[in-house]
Amino acid sequence: MSSSSNAAESWISAFCSLVGHEYFAEVSEEFIEDDFNLTGLQSQVPMYKEALEMILDVEPEEDEDDEEEEEEEDDDDDAVLGDANGTGDRFTRAAMRRQMRMASDLSVIESSAELLYGLIHQRYITSRPGIQQMAEKYELCNFGLCPRVFCNGCRVLPVGCSDTPGQETVKLFCPSCLDVYTPPNSRFQSVDGAFFGTTFGCLFFMTFTELDVGARTADSAAGATNGDKPRQQGPSTTTTLPSPLQGPSTTPQPAVINGVTPSNLAPGLGPGNFYEPRIYGFRVSERAKSGPRMKWLRMRPTDVNELDECRRYYEEHEEDGLEVPVEDQNMVDMTVEQTVERRKKAPIRRRRANTANGRTASPMDTNGVVDGG
Amino acid sequence: MGEQFISSRGNEYFCEIDEEYLTDRFNLTGLNTEVQYYQYALDLVTDVFDLECDDDMREQIEKSARHLYGLVHARYIVTTRGLAKMIEKFKQGAFGKCPRVICEQQPLLPMGQHDTPNVSAVKLYCAKCEDIYNPKSSRHAAIDGAYFGTSFHNILFQVYPAMMPQRTQRRYEPRIYGFRVHAAAALMRWQDERREEMKERLRSARVETGFEIEDAGDEDIEEDEDDVEGEDGIDDMFEGQMQRV
Ligand SMILES: [Zn+2]
Ligand SMILES: [Zn+2]
Repeated sequence: MSSSSNAAESWISAFCSLVGHEYFAEVSEEFIEDDFNLTGLQSQVPMYKEALEMILDVEPEEDEDDEEEEEEEDDDDDAVLGDANGTGDRFTRAAMRRQMRMASDLSVIESSAELLYGLIHQRYITSRPGIQQMAEKYELCNFGLCPRVFCNGCRVLPVGCSDTPGQETVKLFCPSCLDVYTPPNSRFQSVDGAFFGTTFGCLFFMTFTELDVGARTADSAAGATNGDKPRQQGPSTTTTLPSPLQGPSTTPQPAVINGVTPSNLAPGLGPGNFYEPRIYGFRVSERAKSGPRMKWLRMRPTDVNELDECRRYYEEHEEDGLEVPVEDQNMVDMTVEQTVERRKKAPIRRRRANTANGRTASPMDTNGVVDGG
Repeated sequence: MGEQFISSRGNEYFCEIDEEYLTDRFNLTGLNTEVQYYQYALDLVTDVFDLECDDDMREQIEKSARHLYGLVHARYIVTTRGLAKMIEKFKQGAFGKCPRVICEQQPLLPMGQHDTPNVSAVKLYCAKCEDIYNPKSSRHAAIDGAYFGTSFHNILFQVYPAMMPQRTQRRYEPRIYGFRVHAAAALMRWQDERREEMKERLRSARVETGFEIEDAGDEDIEEDEDDVEGEDGIDDMFEGQMQRV
């Protein structure tokens, strides 16, 4: 049965074109029609069946009673049904369903449909077609730019800080400073963050490793410079190699560090990329009561080998002739390359611990988190 | 002109410079070489302009007057009266709120990355994360940063230390299916080490770190932390001390 309204636009594309819904991808019907993708959502969404039908633009299934009553409805015989709230059990299931579709309930179904769509969306954008669709939107700069000056207009991604709906609104994750920001436009302050979820942001950048996170696009350059003149002279508040920590690195840099190319690891942080408070050109001392205390948040080692915790650990302890204590063995989880590279060095116990978890190649950190295995 | 200037769209970051200040030549030292049609511009700013001229000329002079006002503004806002005016605007959130989620709407202050005009546009400083951000509106993003200068916002907190917000070690922690992402987590551990080094430096110099309350709070909740992490691991995207419900 086709929709009686014969709307040219599907519910999904209408939803995605609403003001404030610019961040959403259009979930394919194929994805929604696969029951596996909807596992567990039934219990989270009131009027699940109606909501699902609405999303898919499906006319609700009817039995004969229904159709008869539908005709009555045209005669405007609604008075009895109107107070059905407390007396629901007196009505047949069909009547109940019919009542649910009445105009007054349409808004309930509509909001259920939005919730359901959001929850499906959370799953869809971590699926292959979904993440691809979001990549296209990212390329088009649909999610905006990082507001942080030193991120040079890096493109951001919508994320949730919770996977449970109703907790927090959508935020923007910047891969250049690894921080999250409130969208600049208040229209997004009514969009639930759970509809994007906590996993999507990082999964995205781990999926599209070839993306150059620090690169400036035409869009981002325009957005970031904000009328700044190219002329860069005179005293600047940008840091200029004041401490040994920030000197240029002389150590050869690895092609990959902890599963990421160094140029894609928070390129907006580190020397030259953080603000240093100054008064008339003099740096405000750390020891002043109102002096700087947050520099660490925007720091990054010039020599990324400092982030190779395994190597650091072994280098520090090999000399002492110490073995890695068992408790520390899941401190760091290694990536494939590193696992191969370090295999000779790694104690057997460590390898066994990793394979037992079945997550040898995982670039994720198990530290302090309940293990998946 | 002062009043009219600050009340026009896009000029919300400026405060009104006292007539007294503007008419004291000492405060304008050196600006005559920076501003075209200096005398006319000054007349316009101090509302004594009476030159008959064509529209083009008038436009030029108005442009110069805006530039002059901005340059005087940079000097005025580090005076006692200027600071007091800017504090009021700061408290009202006239310069916007920090976009960083962890900063929880900390009000911002306008600042320049350079004291020389025509180099860079105005930026907004957050004292909670000590970082600088681009203004949201393109009208604001076109304002010269030199009209606020590199020192004003830092002087403000030296003069009004009570305005300094409580800083926090809490931060966003990228995760995938509840697991911390290794590359980011390793960097954050490295940053945490730098922070602990700083705290150690401050402690040995007998200076408050500013994180004492937060660190004391951590010890209080340590005992039941394990349970919490098991249940909320996925939702709990922020490292550090969390607000207990
Ligand atoms: Zn950023
Ligand atoms: Zn901030």
